Amino acid sequence: MIGAVLIGVAAGIVAGLLGVGGGVLFVPALVILLGLDQHQAEATSLLAIVPVAIVGTYTQDRYGNVQRADALLLGVLSLAGAGAGVALANALSGTLLRDAFAALLVVVAAQIVRRALAEGGPTTAGGDASKEGK
Amino acid sequence: MVADSLSNRSLKLMVIGTLAGLFSGLFGVGGGTVIVPLLVVWLGYDERSATATSLAAIVFIAAFGAAFQGLYGNVHVLDAVLIGVPAVGGVVIGTWLQQRLQVRSISLLFAAVLVASAVELVLR
Repeated sequence: MIGAVLIGVAAGIVAGLLGVGGGVLFVPALVILLGLDQHQAEATSLLAIVPVAIVGTYTQDRYGNVQRADALLLGVLSLAGAGAGVALANALSGTLLRDAFAALLVVVAAQIVRRALAEGGPTTAGGDASKEGK
Repeated sequence: MVADSLSNRSLKLMVIGTLAGLFSGLFGVGGGTVIVPLLVVWLGYDERSATATSLAAIVFIAAFGAAFQGLYGNVHVLDAVLIGVPAVGGVVIGTWLQQRLQVRSISLLFAAVLVASAVELVLR
């Protein structure tokens, strides 16, 4: 129970910091630390994301970063896709879905690294990276 | 003709929303991985606005996905609350930090955690 709460706090900080929904951390944590199967973990993650995204949106909106009309359209128009995605997930075996999710984690990790390196000062980043990387 | 239609903003948003919904429903994540780059590339968003707008859309996307998953009996509501509600506090801290920190080293650390999680999942 404390484990779940700690997972929540840690994932929330990362979500706010990096602008991810938290799900990429919720799902593996639910499987690895709380022992849910892949389908249950994904389903539970989706529900856990809702309060996180609401507060994240509220905070970002105060900084003036949310394009409200576009966000509303995006959200409402996702309904059919969300239904299809959930149906597809439930049509797949837990093992296949878990392996696909693991592949997704690697892709997201690569995306985060690429973004971090792009943000990290183009003039000195290369030299610093080669020093630190040794 | 097709190119003209695809330049329409609402249609682009519909395509992004549908793809994000599919992705979110399939993997149990918010869908920001799909939404953010598409908002940047197709609609000319800067990174910060794309991230923020994506987070707002995810409120709907994740709620739809959770509702559909509920029909399959897969949602553990207590676990979702125990994780999701404390995560709210984390998000407030994280968003506050985002405006003030160089997130680069944290990003790299988080990427390493993700890869380790992927390995653990596959080897289970």
